[in-house]
Parts: sequence; C-alpha cells; structure tokens
Amino acid sequence: MSAIPKPTRVYYFGTCLVDLFFPDAGMAGIELLQSQGLTVVFPQGQSCCGQPAYNSGYRADALKVARAQLELFPGDDPIVVPSGSCAGMMKKHWPDLFRGEPDEAKAVQVAARVWELTQFLVHVLDVQLTDKGEPVRVTWHASCHAQREMGVVEEPKALLRQLANVELVELKREKECCGFGGTFAVRHPEISAAMVGDKVADIEGTGAARVVSGDCGCLLNISGALEAGAKAARGQHIAQFLKERIHGR
Amino acid sequence: MDGNAPDFAAASRAALADPQLRGNFRRAMDGLMSKRAAQFADAGEWTGVRALAASVRLRALSKLPELLEKLEETCTRNGITVHWAATTDEANAIALDILHRVDAKLVVKGKSMVTEEMHLNAVLEKDGIEVLESDLGEYIVQLDGTMPSHIIMPAIHLNTKQIAHLFKRKIKDAESREDAAYLTDLARRVLRAKFQAADVGMSGVNAAVAETGTLCLIENEGNGRMCTTVPPVHIAFMGLEKVVEKLEDVPPVISLLPRSATGQPITTYVNMISGPRKDGEKDGPREVHLVILDNGRSSIYADPELRDTLRCIRCGACMNHCPVYTKVGGHAYEAPYPGPIGKILVPQIEGLAKRGAMPHACTMCNACVEICPVKIPIVEIMGRLRVEAVKPGGAVKDGGAKASRTEAMVWSGWAAMNASPTAYRVATLAMSKLGNAAPSSLPLLKEWTNVRTKPRFAGRTLHDLARAKGVPDV
Repeated sequence: MSAIPKPTRVYYFGTCLVDLFFPDAGMAGIELLQSQGLTVVFPQGQSCCGQPAYNSGYRADALKVARAQLELFPGDDPIVVPSGSCAGMMKKHWPDLFRGEPDEAKAVQVAARVWELTQFLVHVLDVQLTDKGEPVRVTWHASCHAQREMGVVEEPKALLRQLANVELVELKREKECCGFGGTFAVRHPEISAAMVGDKVADIEGTGAARVVSGDCGCLLNISGALEAGAKAARGQHIAQFLKERIHGR
Repeated sequence: MDGNAPDFAAASRAALADPQLRGNFRRAMDGLMSKRAAQFADAGEWTGVRALAASVRLRALSKLPELLEKLEETCTRNGITVHWAATTDEANAIALDILHRVDAKLVVKGKSMVTEEMHLNAVLEKDGIEVLESDLGEYIVQLDGTMPSHIIMPAIHLNTKQIAHLFKRKIKDAESREDAAYLTDLARRVLRAKFQAADVGMSGVNAAVAETGTLCLIENEGNGRMCTTVPPVHIAFMGLEKVVEKLEDVPPVISLLPRSATGQPITTYVNMISGPRKDGEKDGPREVHLVILDNGRSSIYADPELRDTLRCIRCGACMNHCPVYTKVGGHAYEAPYPGPIGKILVPQIEGLAKRGAMPHACTMCNACVEICPVKIPIVEIMGRLRVEAVKPGGAVKDGGAKASRTEAMVWSGWAAMNASPTAYRVATLAMSKLGNAAPSSLPLLKEWTNVRTKPRFAGRTLHDLARAKGVPDV
C-alpha cells in the first residue's frame, strides 16, 4: 500500500448500487471523510463504473459508461469509493478497458487515484475512532473484489477493532464468495442461493447481531437472505456502522 | 440452449438437490483448502516458489514449437516413438493402431486427463479391447459408469459407504464392509491380476523434458508405475503444452503440484521415464510410445492472452477453492476438466457454440487466481471468453455463438442510461419512486426472491442526499 500525504480535498464516487439502495451508507462515507477535515466533492454527473457490462462481455457498452465518468475528476485529488468492487473495476480494469483508446492515459491517471473507503481511512487518514455505541457483537464479510483486487483485508477489521464496545468475531470462511457475482445471482439462482445459504449459516455461527461489509452487492444478497430466512443478524455497510458508532447510536 | 450442449444449470440443480453430494464436497474441499494452506504457511516461500514455477511454464510456452521439436528428437534418441495428433480422433486412431499391431486384448491405464478428453475408453471398448483404470479413484468411477468429478481426486464425490455399496454390486465375492482398508485391499487384488495380464499400459505425463527426453509422472499409489513398467508396451499421452525445457524445471512443478492439490509435500511416486527396456535390463516395457495431442491447443497458443491457459499443471487447486465447484461438484460441468480451469480450457477446445455458457458459471470472485500455483489469470481469460461468446470474429472457435439481440439491446440501453447524466437522473428518479412497486414475479426478480427479500430502493438517491446536504459537486 503506497500511502500518500493527507490531502485537503477528495472526490467521492458513490456507485450505482449505493446511489439507489444504500444512499445513507453513501452519505455516511462522505461524512466520515468530512469529519477528518477534508472537502469532499461529489460530482453530480457520475453514474456507474461500467462493471456490469464489462463482466457480461459487453466491453463497448462498459467503455461508453466508464468514459462518461472520466472528466468528472480533474486534477490530482484522490477518488474514494465506498465499494471494493467498483474501486477494483476503476483501478484494475479501467486501464484494460481503455487500452488503445485516445483517452487511455487519462483513464490510467484516474485509475491510479482510486481508493477503497476503508483503505483510505486507514492508510491515508490514519483515523482514530471513539466508540459511543452500546456493546454489540459483529462479524465482517470481505467482498471478493475488495480483498483480491484492492488488497483490502485487514483495514476494515482494524477499524472495527478500534471500537471499544464492538466485539468482532471473524467468519469461519471469511474469504468465501457470498454468491452475488452480479448477473451470476440471476443466471445461476440455485447455486447463488446455495452460496448465500452457506454464508448465512457462517454468520449465524458467530452469534453476531450484525454483519458489516464494504460492498453493497454483497449486502443486497446477504441482507436479503438473512431477512428472508428470518435470521436475527442484519447486514450493514461499514461506513454507516462506523458513523453510528462514533455518534453513539 | 443448443441441443447437444451440456446444460450446466440443469445438472447443477440436480447436484444441489443431493444433500449427500453437497456434504461430501463441502467436507472434502474444506479439508483440502486447510491442508494446502498449511503447506504454504510461509508467504515468502510461497511467493518465491510460485514465481519460479510460473516462470518455468512461461519460458516453456515462450519457445513451445522449438521445445516440442527438441522433445521429439531426444525422445526418439532414447528409443521412445513419438506420435503427433492434431485431433482427439487422430490420437485415438494412433492408440488403436498400436493396440492392433500388438494384438492387445487388455489395457491398464494410469490417470490421464488427456485420455478423458479423447474419450479413449469408449473408443477401446467399442473395438472390443478391455481397458481398466488403475488409479483407485478412476477405477471406482469406471465401475460406477460415470466420469471423474475432479482432475486429481476423481471419486471425491463418493464417501466410503457409497464405495462399499458399489464394490459389493460390481466385484465378485466382495463383502459388504464400509472399511477403507478392506476396500482398498479388494481393489488392489483385482488390479494386481490385471497388471500381470495386460498387453499394454497407458499413462499421462505431468511434464516432458525437452533437454533429456524424459517423461515425468507423479502419483501416490504406485499403480501408475505398474502401468508404465509391467506390460510389454507403454503408451503415454500428453497435451502439447506439457513440455518443459530442462530437467531442472521439473522440481518446481512437481513440488507445487501435490502441495497445491492435496496438501502433500510430495507424492509417493515420482516416475522419470526415459525409454524402453535396454539390452541386458531385466524389466520395463519393450516399447514406449508418446502421443502428443494438439486438439485446439495450438490456436490457444497463437493468442497471447489466451496462451496463459496452457500454463496449467493440472493440480486442481482452483477447483478446491472455487465456491461454485464446491457447491455442485465436478459432474455438473459434464466436461473432462471441471471448475475454474475447465471454464476457460473447455470452451477453447470445444468451441463457444457448445460451451459458451461455461464461463458464466462463475462469480468472478478470483479465489482461483489467488491460489493458482502458476499464476494463470483465470478470471481475465473468463472475461475474454464472455466477450467472444457474444462477439463474432474473435480467436476462439464459434465466436459470437451466444450473441443475442435482446441481450445486446438491454446492455445498449443500460449504457445509454449510464452515459448521460440527465438520462441517469431521470432513470434513477423513476426507480427510486416506482421501483419498489415491481412485483416479485418479474422474471429476474423472481429468481432473486426465491431465497432473498426484494431489494428496496431508497426514496432518495445519494445524488439527492449529497445535493440536499450541500456537498460540492466540483
């Protein structure tokens, strides 16, 4: 992790799933960054990183969407993303997607400035959190792309461990995919169901009241399965969880 | 779905409905993952040995044509007869020619995935030649009339109880005993008699050394060695990518393979075959043949991105770590190579018309990429195959076979919406306000809500919230 000096200003790329389904988590991420004294810029022209089409084999459509984001982040300020998966798309796959295109250099420059939220909080801002919440037991779900494309493994857990009243119990199969996989969940619904079933059982095994994650695709999947199965645990985005803890609710 | 295309979705549904099978796989794969992890507990050592093995495979592929010529030359000098087969039909015909010439009635075979790819057993049986799989797992699968469900552990889908039942039904005088030692001994007795009587032994090749003309074969049971040494004729089969340059390239490969596959530090038997019995020697086959199969590999080789597929050393670690494979098992793929490597190799060999759906049976979680001992970018190649499946004119056979005008229109509409801030704003506003009214019976939503609640659109988007809270947009 090549840390950079603490900036005064960052861009925020909210992602389409956060935008539509978890806007409060998105706002919580913005507020966490603001609480560290940063100016957060949210370009209103943003939409999606292009990953759904990219992974489905429609690269030209993905390129069109990714290209529409490129001009929204001028300058050198870091771009913080509250999703390991979308951050991974921008950081790792945009350079491939734009290869040979006239704006390849710009895409590479933008990609190099992308950070996953918890990675940024830990490595660049070195945040110190004070827990004002009630005691709670939680577990952490690592998204595949956060851990394997962005290399984010310990950062979110380190943040959770800063919270005095939070007991973090790790999953037995922390590294195993929850079965979302974008279109996979609807192309192979039975396999996806079996995968999220194993994940839910693992979460139940920890006795945690909440499963915290940094990716909204996983959260849609896992929270939906927890609710449908009438399980006690609930899913929550880490940004929102952290914000609640430091505000004492 | 094409009439002749395997239906992964249907086969996986059947697997998921079988609790015994799911339990067998979950337990087995959990065990294999933890054994492998113990082998590579030292991250520094893992990084080093992995880089070395990857470089050995890369170097071999970088001069593949030259090394294959050299291999032919050194093998021939050692007395091994080298045959080239462009297709599986040609490879089968070569095998049959040799068998007919020596009037073979019984063949014993050590584990070889290439002969699975060739469907060699069926070809031999049709010709009236008895062929017996001698690897215990393969023997069990053969008795059961099925195919291997894993490339290293062919019978991993069965437990002791199921094998005891199978043996009782299929082996004369077998007792009904769910006892691994008894069952192994029973199989050994059957196999020993066959080794003595066999006319020809067949095997695969883990690595063929161009420098010395040596065929390396690793195994745990010694039955592979029985196949390559006891019968008077030995035929080895290999895909053309199995060549390595030098003898010193072999140790990294055969060290990483069992550690990655079964978590063993090394296999029990490492066979180095360097030719038939020489004058004055007391044992070994009189003839050794090497059949080198192309079957689409040279066109994989021709594309610099797809070429990495050929690095594979067939350890099966990608299967052990694949959350999809772990749920459904190998049979659901109905392919000689299941799991992640199968999802990239089989469509390239058999074409996208038949196998174009295979690369989609994946969440792209990258677990396979993380543990692949030779660093094959499996998920990247999978992505490339997804592109070629819907776009004609690519490098892979039957490119564009899965093109669908409807799907293309959906993505084009999606792109139009996401590429224009105004269109995006209108669309997300509509979804936020009306999306929750969508009935769960809608096609895609129906699949989703079988085990999950419906995703709930928030009333206001993040764009709205950020604007309302005065977050600057430039």
